[in-house]
Amino acid sequence: MPETKSRKIILTGIGASPGICIGKAYLVDKEGVEVVGRYYIEPDQIEQEVKRFKAAVKKVRDELRAIIENTPKEFLTPTSILETQEVLLKDKMLYGKTIDTIENESVNAEWALKKVVTKARETFQAMSDSYLKERVADIVQLSERIMHNLVGAVPVDIGKIAKRVILVAPDLSPAETSQIQLERIKGFVTDKGGKASHTGILARSLEIPAVLGLKTATMEIKNEDLMIVDGSAGIVIIDPSEQQLIDYEERKIEYEQHKAEISRRSQAPAETLDGHRLAVLGNIERSEQVTSVLDYGGQGIGLYRTEFQYMGRTDFPTEEELYEKYSETVEVASPRPVTIRTLDINGDKYIAAQGSYEEQNPALGLRGIRYCLQRPDVFRTQLRAILRAAVHGNVSVMFPMVATLREVLAAKQAVREAAESLAQDKILYSDRISLGVLVEVPSAVMMADLLADEVDFFSVGTNDLIQYTLAIDRGNEKVAHLFRPLDPAILRMLKHLTDVAKEKNIQLFICGEMAGYPIHIPILMGMGMDGLSVNPQSIPSVKHMIRSIKKQDTEALAAEALKLRSAEKVFQMLQSNYKEILEEIGQRKQ
Amino acid sequence: MIVNELGLHARTAGLIARIAAQARDTVWIGRGNSTADAGSIIDMLTLECTKGTRVNISATDPADGALVDRIAQLINSGFKE
Repeated sequence: MPETKSRKIILTGIGASPGICIGKAYLVDKEGVEVVGRYYIEPDQIEQEVKRFKAAVKKVRDELRAIIENTPKEFLTPTSILETQEVLLKDKMLYGKTIDTIENESVNAEWALKKVVTKARETFQAMSDSYLKERVADIVQLSERIMHNLVGAVPVDIGKIAKRVILVAPDLSPAETSQIQLERIKGFVTDKGGKASHTGILARSLEIPAVLGLKTATMEIKNEDLMIVDGSAGIVIIDPSEQQLIDYEERKIEYEQHKAEISRRSQAPAETLDGHRLAVLGNIERSEQVTSVLDYGGQGIGLYRTEFQYMGRTDFPTEEELYEKYSETVEVASPRPVTIRTLDINGDKYIAAQGSYEEQNPALGLRGIRYCLQRPDVFRTQLRAILRAAVHGNVSVMFPMVATLREVLAAKQAVREAAESLAQDKILYSDRISLGVLVEVPSAVMMADLLADEVDFFSVGTNDLIQYTLAIDRGNEKVAHLFRPLDPAILRMLKHLTDVAKEKNIQLFICGEMAGYPIHIPILMGMGMDGLSVNPQSIPSVKHMIRSIKKQDTEALAAEALKLRSAEKVFQMLQSNYKEILEEIGQRKQ
Repeated sequence: MIVNELGLHARTAGLIARIAAQARDTVWIGRGNSTADAGSIIDMLTLECTKGTRVNISATDPADGALVDRIAQLINSGFKE
């Protein structure tokens, strides 16, 4: 067959995430690990061999830890997968048995590990439950990572993929998928895995087409091969014909139109049946996400988290790097507003070069505005970048973790100084920005009247406000169920904030997760919020809710809710009042 | 009785393993005639406990009784899923 002719190979697998994509293949394989030799260890060297194995495990553990710590909070679910892997790493059946094998059979660590994993694989494959069957992949992936560290092979760094590609791999571990630059990936194709695999879950949550469990994909597909991935039908076509390309291009458009149909309705204004409007904005953490907020019908960016650029590196980002991303975000969103939250983490913890130290209570420790005020150099770099980006559009800045008035005054002073230094350096900037407080510490609620005199707006970060008010660590499974946005204590706080905002004539937004649930909207609206900022995917259902209700009703409802004695009672009242609309939204989501 | 939808899977087994790790001696989880080490995720997964499966927890060292209760509570609560 002449090489110019298309091969038109069709592979059928499991459609794990719907959608169609056409693009070039990028192959990730794990060469150099398959060949594991066996050799015997002299009795006096066995202890050394066990140590070598333990060191390799520790390295994998450290790698996992680093990934977990560098993963933004928003991806908590994949992180818990990683955490399970961390426990699995020290599992007696894996860790203990490998050490036993080295000791009892006097063999090298690689061979012992391979033997243990092969045994585990056989046990799991004999199982009938498909979910459990797939769990063997976790063990195999972990052992591959350990193996890499034993033989010193360097794994392919998926984080460095620079092109828009279709990722083809034997399988992807959670650690690997969490490192992928997702905006670069058009689709996923793997030999192993099914709908319940990590790759499948990830692809669906990101709305990226995926065909998994193709068995021979990595053998059939070569790097740079042109291919079509139909995640709805579970088909991959390698080297498609002209006609196939045309057909699939059409199907792709059809599918996207169908998706657009859902989000089109969300482009309509968020106006209640009695003609009141509520601003609905989006939360983002990377400049690339602006377009998805706009696509879903967001009226701007209500929360731009800026931590991402500080993660996974050994030095602080420069003013230029920050400016580049901020201005990109502001330009794309313009004329819509962009609210930038200044650094909310303890930067030193993330920047390895600074040397980290442990805090016993990080949630109550050095973070947010506290950290920034202790590191004026880091803060100034960020503020200068923001002021410069403000030239390109409509920018607001808000300070996280404010607990005292003094902090707001100091932060405002820092903004003034950053502006002055830019003026001195003759660099173009704009100081026509609104300043706000991210209200998430209970003391800020109590001090709201004084804080309001100093800023243009408040934005309520409900996640932390609930955590600090009810003293609930949501990551702690023993108390997580007590984390309730509708708790009367929280509602009273919100009421207090709306009263202060009205009296002081400043704007009040809510940007916590609470605002992303349609059931909470009537209460938030009834209390008198000026706007909501939610995750991009939640925008359509939130807007739908707003368009289905009357402001007048919500005011009476909010007043009623404030009289109730428990979160359950409030929830029940909302459920019974808005049952039909909530059901409708639930159906539309599918 | 395992009540959560997915049964005893990797994450839930991980939660059990974390508790069992605090024990003085091995804590066992049994289903029918087979038993597994509650400190090992892999061992527990091999029990293939799906929703509706009845399991029993026991400790080698009587001093670990409180941990047995905690694991039982965790399982009965459906792992708060």
